[in-house]
Amino acid sequence: MTSTPTTQAVPMPAPRAVGCPFSPPPAYTEAAATAALTRASLPDGESCWLATGYAEVRAILSDRRFSADARHPAFPMLVANRRELIIENPSFIRLDDPEHARQRRMVTGDFLVKRVEAMRPDIQQIVDEALDRMTDGRTEADLVAEFALPVPSLVICLLLGVPYEDRDRFQGLSRTLLSKHGSAEEVRAAFDELSEYLGGLVADKREQPGDDILSRLAVRDDLTPDDIASTGVLLLVAGHETTANMISLSTALLLEQPEQIALLADPATLPGAVEELLRHLTIVDTGLPRVALEDVELGGTVIKAGEGVIALLSTANQDENLFGGADRRPADELDLGRDARRHMAFGFGVHQCLGQPLARAELQIALATLFRRLPGLRLAATPDKLEFRSETLIYGMRSLPVTW
Amino acid sequence: MQVSVDRDRCCSSGMCVMNAPDIFEQDDQDSLVRLRQTEFEPAQFAVLRLAADLCPGGAISVTEEDAVEAAPAKDAG
Ligand code: HEM
Ligand code: SF4
Repeated sequence: MTSTPTTQAVPMPAPRAVGCPFSPPPAYTEAAATAALTRASLPDGESCWLATGYAEVRAILSDRRFSADARHPAFPMLVANRRELIIENPSFIRLDDPEHARQRRMVTGDFLVKRVEAMRPDIQQIVDEALDRMTDGRTEADLVAEFALPVPSLVICLLLGVPYEDRDRFQGLSRTLLSKHGSAEEVRAAFDELSEYLGGLVADKREQPGDDILSRLAVRDDLTPDDIASTGVLLLVAGHETTANMISLSTALLLEQPEQIALLADPATLPGAVEELLRHLTIVDTGLPRVALEDVELGGTVIKAGEGVIALLSTANQDENLFGGADRRPADELDLGRDARRHMAFGFGVHQCLGQPLARAELQIALATLFRRLPGLRLAATPDKLEFRSETLIYGMRSLPVTW
Repeated sequence: MQVSVDRDRCCSSGMCVMNAPDIFEQDDQDSLVRLRQTEFEPAQFAVLRLAADLCPGGAISVTEEDAVEAAPAKDAG
């Protein structure tokens, strides 16, 4: 049976409620409480389907009849003026198989679980040195500027072979690329500058390859310079903004609920605690856009070929049946003792986050070390003064004043 | 319980290696999944069901052999 929901379309992207910085926007949770599949209105005036339920989100993301190719004219755009730019320079996150698989497989070897495990001592050293610098002769700092952002930036620089000295340049450009508000010209200029910058590095590495991802891409003859540039930009941007925001948000949230911090100190409970933070915070909070290539029936509703859909991860990750339980806090609260392994904070299907083993290792090491070395860590501002970053496609914090 | 992997569907997410490192590994050459074992103990069934359920590419299939083992994959914890 085909039914059209009668509820009003949810305006995307929706704002969070004042005073609830760690909870999804109320418009999303209200929509989820009404229907697992409803409608969204987009900033460019278009509308599309909105999947809020765990089963529906998972079904969409794992079904190849839903395309991630932004060149499709009905592909839902979460930011109004980006279509042209994405169409001209699609990285594999916005391509379908087989081209997606061809490009993704060129870098999967660098994100194998065992490769990341072997990087743990390097990550630990980067974390320790960042904390040494942050605490050196001081009792107060901005955790975002001194820890949350430098750690993943240093790690991705090491992996890609990008000089960290250039961070002012690529961190600012990354943020412009992820911005919901920048003009099309600004975003295009940022993309061009970043790909030109990476293109320059790639040219050097073709002459003198190092032991890094850009060097390995540079010497391949089956990739165009545009492919290398778009993959490089994708890895650089996805590789540091995401983890940085997870570190700062997790820290701010745990300082509100310090009784849960103990679970980070025990190596046996640390991985599960990080899964719960990923689930609860779901920083890719605007959801994942797709477009149906064929008619697909989903829980009694038919999504027609050529219709767009947004798969909302934040509400799917609050499914009470999957994440609740008699001995646990409700699924909309943080409970570091919960089994959160089924969360979809990294998405699902063939586009599921390539960097997830790295993100997990970074978060485990960064959070465990931070709270171990600074047991007296606390906010240096009242909670209502904290600045959250809602102007980018990935939720996060602008700054986090702390003392210890 | 019988377990098989379809390497063509593997997207190298590493989820199976994280959830069941004794059972799954990622190949050094092509980064795709490989089984490290072919015979499984009942104590491994729950984690095998979880690994199959959480494989983002749908590359892992588990076949329950008899009624005693048969529990829907979704209920595995
Ligand atoms: C906590 C941190 C992170 C979160 C929450 C996260 C989340 C996500 C999500 C939800 C997707 C799926 C996008 C889609 O299906 O449209 C994705 C894809 C991706 N992520 Fe991450 N990510 C994180 C860290 C990283 C890191 C550290 C890297 C390292 C380079 C990375 C690289 C990628 C890449 C390359 C893709 C595209 C994969 C594909 O399309 O096949 N991510 N990420
Ligand atoms: S979970 Fe599935 S896609 Fe991921 S590595 Fe294992 S088999 Fe491959």
